[in-house]
Amino acid sequence: MNLLIDARQLSKTFVLHQQGGLALPVLSDVSLQVAAGECVALTGPSGAGKSTLLKALYANYLVASGSIRIRHQQQWVDMATAQAHEIAAVRRHTMGYVSQFLRVIPRVSALDIVAEPLLEWGYSAQEAQQQAGAWLARLNIGERLWSLPPATFSGGEQQRVNIARGMIAPRPILLLDEPTASLDAANRAVVISLMREARQRGAALVGIFHDEDTRDAVASRIFQVPLAHAGHA
Amino acid sequence: MSQPVLSVSGLAKDYGNGQGCFDIDFELYAGEVLCIVGESGSGKSTLLSTLAGRLRADSGSVRFCDRDGRQHELTALAEAERRRLARSEWGFVTQHARDGLRMGVSAGANVSERLMALGQRHYGQLRETAAQWLEKVEISRERLDDRPSAFSGGMQQRLQIARNLVTQPRLVFMDEPTGGLDVSVQARFLDLLRRLVHDSGIAVIMVTHDLGVARLLAQRTLVMQRGRVVEAGLTDQILDDPQHPYSQLLVSSILQA
Repeated sequence: MNLLIDARQLSKTFVLHQQGGLALPVLSDVSLQVAAGECVALTGPSGAGKSTLLKALYANYLVASGSIRIRHQQQWVDMATAQAHEIAAVRRHTMGYVSQFLRVIPRVSALDIVAEPLLEWGYSAQEAQQQAGAWLARLNIGERLWSLPPATFSGGEQQRVNIARGMIAPRPILLLDEPTASLDAANRAVVISLMREARQRGAALVGIFHDEDTRDAVASRIFQVPLAHAGHA
Repeated sequence: MSQPVLSVSGLAKDYGNGQGCFDIDFELYAGEVLCIVGESGSGKSTLLSTLAGRLRADSGSVRFCDRDGRQHELTALAEAERRRLARSEWGFVTQHARDGLRMGVSAGANVSERLMALGQRHYGQLRETAAQWLEKVEISRERLDDRPSAFSGGMQQRLQIARNLVTQPRLVFMDEPTGGLDVSVQARFLDLLRRLVHDSGIAVIMVTHDLGVARLLAQRTLVMQRGRVVEAGLTDQILDDPQHPYSQLLVSSILQA
């Protein structure tokens, strides 16, 4: 088994200093291993920490304890302790994050937003734009929109631009936070096949999928996020 | 990865009465943009000026690695050497353009000044380089002979960028560069800056009170309060999962547009 994610004994408690230091335990003692070609669906009731776990793997949230070892270019990097520039390198080359929400950059066209990760991989501008166009077309974003900044696009269009940007670079690990939420059936089917293709090329996927159909179509395994117990910091 | 462009340890500038900056430690690598955020009086501009050698540090060390891999201890540098490095290896963009530009000479002369200071004398070449840099910052080359006093605020800030980047520095300090700009002008400036940083691989240390600017430009952020760094990390982590009470207050105070 070719392990790409090896997270052990993760704990996370949110401390809200503006609410008098209120402590909300969200993860306690969570361990998750994911191998190449797997797709792990995180499940559990709302508030159980699915999204927190995903964000912790990406080092977007800080864990209080535990290790998050990621296989990055033949080495293991612990995202819980790595320096900022090391985390940036892991995100650029190894681990992508696809959310529903696009953070719009003023004045940058949809085509360039999608092409950017490939430029960071060293592709030529022409090659990156060509591939970006193919991804946008596959996700049913009409060519007349490609040169426009997506600030004025509909929510669904922005979401699809974001999926293209998040998946275009063939990173070995993909974290997916409800990638098909609010998409219509046709576009959901496209995203499902994109995720399957990523698995086929050997990527490890971890995702939160709001509907069972999507989960059944892409997941190879279910991981129930265990409820945090109070009193564990 | 190669060695950091800047290594700061135990840096302090003490004005007395608890004013200044204290116990500053961080490293900055080529291509990284670091934002320093915090309210007025938190010591962020003092830190920036101390790093750039414009203020003398009271203790600690700032090591700068130049393009040939040589290390310089900036806190112990002779003034002449500091000026040479300031012209060739780093830049400084100020909040008020009139502090960073020569308002009495042409835009072209503003851009050429650092090149001339480094020994370039060929008039035609200097003029052509200046014209190219005006275009890079989206100012028409027709404005080469105009004085910056005839420019809008956004153009003046872009001219400052050209004036600083023309010598291809390794590191650029920026003190609230978007502070006086309208929101629409700001977006253009930020997009331009983002592109230039990406293309040139320079390292940037920027003081800002705008967390949106930090989110857009900076991989890393330092949060300062009362002269000290209370939280340091990836910008998205600090904005999405702030740990320190002051960072939480700062993040929760952003108006959602």
